[in-house]
Amino acid sequence: MKLPVKMTINGQTYSHEVEPRLLLVHYIRESVGLTGTHVGCDTSQCGACTILMDGKAVKACTFFAVQCNGAKIMTIEGLAKNGELHPIQQGFWEKHGLQCGFCTPGMIMAAHQMLERYPKPTEEQIRHQLEGNLCRCTGYHNIVKAIQWAAENMAGKK
Amino acid sequence: MATVERVLGKPIKRREDPRFITGRGTYVDDVKVPGTTIAAFVRSPHAHARIKKIDTAAARKHPGVVAIFTGKDMTGVNSLPCGWLLPDLKVPAHPPLASDKANYVGDPVAIVIAETQDAAQDAAEKVNVTWEVLPAVSATDQATAKGTAQIHDVAPSNVAFTWQIGDAGAVDTAFRSAARVVKKKIVNQRLVANPMEPRACLASYDQANGDLTLWVTSQNPHVHRLLMCAFVLGIPEHKVRVIAPDVGGGFGSKIFLYNEETICSWATKQIKRPVRWTSTRREAFLTDAHGRDHVTEAEMAFDAQGKIVGLRVKTIAAMGAYLSTFAPAVPTYLYATLLNGVYTIPAIHAHVTGVFTNTTPVDAYRGAGRPEAAYLLERMIEAGAAALKIDVADIRKRNFIPKFDNGFQTQVALNYDSGNYGPTFEKLLGMVDYKKFRSDQQAARKQGRLLGIGFSTYIEACSIAPSKVVGSLGAQAGLYESGKVRVHPTGGVTVYTGSHSHGQGHETTFSQLVADELGVPMENVEIVHGDTGAIPFGMGTYGSRSGAVGGTAILMSLQKIKEKGKKIAAHLLEASASDIEYTNGQFQVKGFPGKSVPFGQVALTAYVPHNYPEGLEPGLEETSFYDPSNFCFPFGAHACVVEVDRDTGKVTVLRYIAVDDVGNVINPLIVDGMVHGGVAQGIGQALWEGAVYDDGSGQLVTGTMMDYALPKADMLPMYETDRTVTPTLVNPLGIKGAGETGTIAATPAVVNAVVDALRPLGVDHIETMPLSPERVWKTIQAAKPAGAASQKR
Repeated sequence: MKLPVKMTINGQTYSHEVEPRLLLVHYIRESVGLTGTHVGCDTSQCGACTILMDGKAVKACTFFAVQCNGAKIMTIEGLAKNGELHPIQQGFWEKHGLQCGFCTPGMIMAAHQMLERYPKPTEEQIRHQLEGNLCRCTGYHNIVKAIQWAAENMAGKK
Repeated sequence: MATVERVLGKPIKRREDPRFITGRGTYVDDVKVPGTTIAAFVRSPHAHARIKKIDTAAARKHPGVVAIFTGKDMTGVNSLPCGWLLPDLKVPAHPPLASDKANYVGDPVAIVIAETQDAAQDAAEKVNVTWEVLPAVSATDQATAKGTAQIHDVAPSNVAFTWQIGDAGAVDTAFRSAARVVKKKIVNQRLVANPMEPRACLASYDQANGDLTLWVTSQNPHVHRLLMCAFVLGIPEHKVRVIAPDVGGGFGSKIFLYNEETICSWATKQIKRPVRWTSTRREAFLTDAHGRDHVTEAEMAFDAQGKIVGLRVKTIAAMGAYLSTFAPAVPTYLYATLLNGVYTIPAIHAHVTGVFTNTTPVDAYRGAGRPEAAYLLERMIEAGAAALKIDVADIRKRNFIPKFDNGFQTQVALNYDSGNYGPTFEKLLGMVDYKKFRSDQQAARKQGRLLGIGFSTYIEACSIAPSKVVGSLGAQAGLYESGKVRVHPTGGVTVYTGSHSHGQGHETTFSQLVADELGVPMENVEIVHGDTGAIPFGMGTYGSRSGAVGGTAILMSLQKIKEKGKKIAAHLLEASASDIEYTNGQFQVKGFPGKSVPFGQVALTAYVPHNYPEGLEPGLEETSFYDPSNFCFPFGAHACVVEVDRDTGKVTVLRYIAVDDVGNVINPLIVDGMVHGGVAQGIGQALWEGAVYDDGSGQLVTGTMMDYALPKADMLPMYETDRTVTPTLVNPLGIKGAGETGTIAATPAVVNAVVDALRPLGVDHIETMPLSPERVWKTIQAAKPAGAASQKR
């Protein structure tokens, strides 16, 4: 039995008939075809699938697609505007905040909400807010720096 | 004419990042091929069980199922090979699908292929296997005990090999005259690599022309292809293309040829459709090769001044249920040959027993043998310092091998390239402000706070490896690297490297190398890797070898390009080739800067050879294979400062300081990043990580990220890093290797720091890691307070 689902992803409306058990992350990757959102675990620990749903950072593996009817979703592919990188993306580039890149989309989306919550985060706040996102390459040092860079540059733009 | 900016050694931002930060990377699971089917594996839920019957009838009726295969269907398919053979090594059969007996939890017994992931998983649930459960053994130090489960007929008492190195007689003599001998049991626990991208493969057979394309999460696509074609499937290598696109970390675990990609590559031909498999994290815990898992008895002998006079080591190393691709090399040639460390140790003997257990196969994990060696040495030298009441910094200084520029013969076969260990350690002490720390520590102790400092020094064997040497030691492969440079008619350069980047940033560092050598802008250089259809035969990336070995192969091709370019330029300039020099992107007559032709013009002439030297081939493309003459030996000194909460046993890392010497550096941003990541993994081993098996059942208790504690951002500090530079003479770049240093150095530094913190409570050793709050708390409870000694050091 398939159910209809309709949602906006990165400003574009998608509608599909999906199995009720289909996870949002698989909907985004397989049905919609946006593969920037990654799957790194099956227990909602790694955070590689973090997206923005109605402005909040959520792990796309913790929702069924059918729960998200009418939702406004942003994935990593929707963050840069008109070819211009978002300051968080730029920060990850400037500060070498990634190596293999697999956790990066989730890290960036998590950082997005973090900086809305704490526009001038302390190192401790950054580390605490990243508790749900695992990285195995960087040891987090440069991810913290990247988010600090973004915070400074976003403050400068306001 | 403007001087081209030098880029070698500069902290240049990575050119691969734009695709990753915008979600445009292409990992294996992102590759889409029309008509693809999805595979799910039926795996043994038992650690050791005979397969009585596999009933697939119900599963076959499940909607969407395309095919189901068991081991009996795979006729003509051979065992997964072991690529490193020690003398008298017992090599059990390792069928891709077990058909008689499963030997660990996760051992695959059937593949279910369906139209969708859901259908494949649902149908796999319906495959009914009748098991006869057998007794199992999972504890490494119990593997050879009498009455223990026997895993393979070819390996009585579960012994895969016994192996030794060094001079046992010299060690006995040294111990007899020693002033003090310390003896410790040291357990280096089993780890799971956990790259963030789980393993995946997509195999697609083209019926029309008989070609097979395999996308696979591999650190070495040619090695994957060779092993799979020649040893397992018996299919022609030239009809197979292996592509390892963007790969999300490896840390060793993606070197090896695994069951799943082999089975999918076989199955696509049977069903004439592409077959995809993507590991779940749970499957990754069960089936990615694990790392470490040593149980060791070590004895170190000292003279009265604290000079080491001898080292005796007896190690039991787990192989797991089968021999993974390079498993036997790890606890032998990558471990015991490093037991000389950075110290003058006149007599060493090591004996290693490799054992089979009903556990996931064990193979190389970041550092691979070298972390186990460094951990042992650094724990033992601190145990010696405590026994002799010598400061832990002083005892190291007394034992460093003096500076040498070209060769130091160790007691355990290796000949170090170059080293200068004292200054690196002094630099570290300066960064730490060691004297101040000791007084702060005293003050803190008076307030009841437990602060500790731990040091570690290490040596690593990189630039793997001289083919002749490793061949004589049992490697079934050469360990050179390839680099092809293609200069295009308009002057752009494409480099095809046998190295593979799965986070290392080769597209940036190799571009720096090429741009610097040719004096052309980095934008004019493209790096291609990871596709056997494009690159020359190459050995891939592991053992911190890409810069030293892969980089040198590229450099050799660049030199050939320049030599040929000189002949072309000489012709154009009406000069002799021996009078042409290449500088700043120009071929010019020596001493006549005005008389020159730019690189681009020479490139164009090579492809439009109208006015061209007689007898010279057109084109500007060169391929080189570099086989190093020796390993390279990076070294360093790290320190860690911790505080232990005596009520909960929780360890907090307050500072982490690393001084590494990796020889010359192409990009300090990238090297620092690798040090950070390695340190995090090393701290992870010391404090949180560990694969735990339930003793009787052989079930992996730490089988998800909920149970296996990977380091998180809020568990780690900012790292303080610096370097000394002692270039190697082994390769012309002077590069030693930087990928694993942190993982090797961090674990002993952290454990030494915790022991230092607990010393006033009477603790001088903790046998087993991780130093979880529970273990530390229990250690504190079991310790006998050292009384008056607690206030003195």
